[in-house]
Amino acid sequence: MLKAINVSKQFSGHLALNKVSIDVPHGSIFGLLGPNGAGKTTLIRIINQITAPDQGELLLNGRRLTQEDVSRIGYLPEERGLYKKMKVGEQAIYLAQLKGVKKNDAQKKLREWFEKFDILNWWDKKVEELSKGMQQKVQFIVTVVHEPKLLIFDEPFSGFDPINVNLLKDEILKLRDGGATVIFSTHNMASVEELCDHIALINNAKKILGGKVADIREAHKKNIYEISYATSSTSIQNILPSTFSVIQSIKLNGHTRAKISLPHGYSPNDLLQWAIANFEVHGFTEILPTMNDIFISLVKQQNKHYE
Amino acid sequence: MNKISIIIKREYLSRVRKKSFIIMTILGPILMASIWVIPLYLANISDEQKTIQVLDETGIFVSKFRNTDEFTFVPVDIDFETAKDNLSLSGDYALLYIPQTQLSLPTTGILYSGRQTSVDIKSYIKDVMKKEVERLKLEASGVEPDILESIKTGIRLNTIKIDADGNEEKSFTEVSMVLGIFSGILIYFFIFMFGAQVMRGVIEEKTSRIIEVIVSSVKPFQLMMGKIIGVALVGLTQFLLWVFLTLAIVSVFSVAMSNGATLTKSETLFTEQGKMLDGKQLAEFSENMDQKDDMIIQLLEAVRSINYLEMIGAFIFFFLFGYLMYAAMFAAIGSAVDSEADTQQFMLPVTIPLIFSIVMAQFITTNPDGPVAFWLSMIPLTSPVIMMIRIPFGVPYYELFASMAILILSFIGATWLAGKIYRTGILMYGKKVSYRELWKWLRYNQ
Repeated sequence: MLKAINVSKQFSGHLALNKVSIDVPHGSIFGLLGPNGAGKTTLIRIINQITAPDQGELLLNGRRLTQEDVSRIGYLPEERGLYKKMKVGEQAIYLAQLKGVKKNDAQKKLREWFEKFDILNWWDKKVEELSKGMQQKVQFIVTVVHEPKLLIFDEPFSGFDPINVNLLKDEILKLRDGGATVIFSTHNMASVEELCDHIALINNAKKILGGKVADIREAHKKNIYEISYATSSTSIQNILPSTFSVIQSIKLNGHTRAKISLPHGYSPNDLLQWAIANFEVHGFTEILPTMNDIFISLVKQQNKHYE
Repeated sequence: MNKISIIIKREYLSRVRKKSFIIMTILGPILMASIWVIPLYLANISDEQKTIQVLDETGIFVSKFRNTDEFTFVPVDIDFETAKDNLSLSGDYALLYIPQTQLSLPTTGILYSGRQTSVDIKSYIKDVMKKEVERLKLEASGVEPDILESIKTGIRLNTIKIDADGNEEKSFTEVSMVLGIFSGILIYFFIFMFGAQVMRGVIEEKTSRIIEVIVSSVKPFQLMMGKIIGVALVGLTQFLLWVFLTLAIVSVFSVAMSNGATLTKSETLFTEQGKMLDGKQLAEFSENMDQKDDMIIQLLEAVRSINYLEMIGAFIFFFLFGYLMYAAMFAAIGSAVDSEADTQQFMLPVTIPLIFSIVMAQFITTNPDGPVAFWLSMIPLTSPVIMMIRIPFGVPYYELFASMAILILSFIGATWLAGKIYRTGILMYGKKVSYRELWKWLRYNQ
């Protein structure tokens, strides 16, 4: 749906984006990951035409992205706030109007959303009377009320308590199921695994990884398997063939779980055969790396490379 | 609805509904009206009659004192010591004692009073005594009273302005001066007040972090213009309400006072002559008036001679475009800083031309057509204030239009430059911005 091709942006003396390309498929949730200062927010601002790229172009459904398209995007910036002295309802209507929703429609839709989030009684309160988390809910509603086809959330979960994070996740998934395409940036890797279909990992202004989450985890797996077996008198470390190595073993309630790494060229069957011969095996699974592991190892690796 | 008009509407309504706006709108006219009303009111309350006892041992002056609205002169014919003792008991305002002199004409009087005596009454008594003594002296040297009467002369100096086409128009320097300085200060005050409101609005959007939400829906330039225009409308609303309410208050008070039991002399004059003041009649009429009344007529004439339509029209124009130009700069400053405390370094160059215009105001009125006045009313940074000061003195139309054209062009230029700084500045947080940085922003190609 949205494509960024070779986007570069330079700020006085420092390169914020270096030929970054992303491809956000229609109806997906796309995660934009990266450490602080990597260039995520710059990329998002470029997509929103708040800043212009020095190079590269943006395509929406194959056409060049126009200002008109942008004003229909639902954008929740990282630096977000509301007019403090204005009443919540009035302000929500104002922001919806700026997105091109007619006043009466805005009123109706906003009331539905406020009801859904159980905040209808805040309608006539001033924003400054609300807590930060409450304001975030209002901001989320304002972002989605005009039913955009493309939604961009910059760090949507910061400032929310876990209950509201779940509420938000559910809503994001519902929006996706309703046909919207969602781009969001985050450092919260757990939410990436739960929500994202696709990701791009940006570090030091460059995209260092991208694609489907499942494919990436598959590609980065390190042949690690977990066996759980009834604990016996002999320790696994002592009898394991030297080709395999134990990463971790935990004893719990008469069971032992051991993570074992297989060298290249060995199949899980080799390990399993050996295990069955020696232990009473209760379970055997492959351990895929978490996005967190991939993220940390890649970023560290690349930063080392820079030094 | 167009997005910019949605922004204008919010900026306008959010300010007009504020308590401070409502208070200012009510207080302003009361203050301005009180400039007119209080002197009238004071003139009325001082009408309480004060009695002055006159103990004139010479007998020359006692019949010469005329009662006025404020003072009644009562001759007393007892000895000085008793009169002095009785003064405080009688409750009268003062005792005027003119002692007998032996050789020369009496030239000394003593005014006893329980209170501080007013300057007015002192000079009145002195005046009466002086005239009488002078008359006696002239009579003694054989001058006839008729001749005496005939040499009294009142001089009027009328100043008449002739324009290029030979049209004549009476000019009233003092009135023009007051009016010019007043409207100049009003423009200064309005530009500052509403310019600062724009700046505060921009800073508020930055610090509350709503800015990025908004600029994802509208262009930064639209937001800036919406805010500037919204605040301009607030300013116009306030100005028109002030004019309206001031007129209302003044007329209500005038009516209330003329219905009251007493009218001051000048007020009577005001209304009586108001009916017949036009052209020749006025000229004939004014010839017969003594000097004090003459001044009032001149004033009336002056007040009437001013082209109010031109004044108000020019005021609205120079306020609007002067404000628009400055507001754009104020908006740029607001966008470049994180809090109001940081505005100082950028405020200075913007406010100096304005303050300079006010400092020059007095000088301009002494030479409203000089080269300094001319150039300052062309330079767009000072022209709104200086032109308003010059207009009551009469400014050739080509100068007026040239100044207006320059101001409009500068407004467009200032807005264009401010827009460039603004769109970069509003998204910059936590950075101490220098002039060099602003220069870089101006050259950014976004």
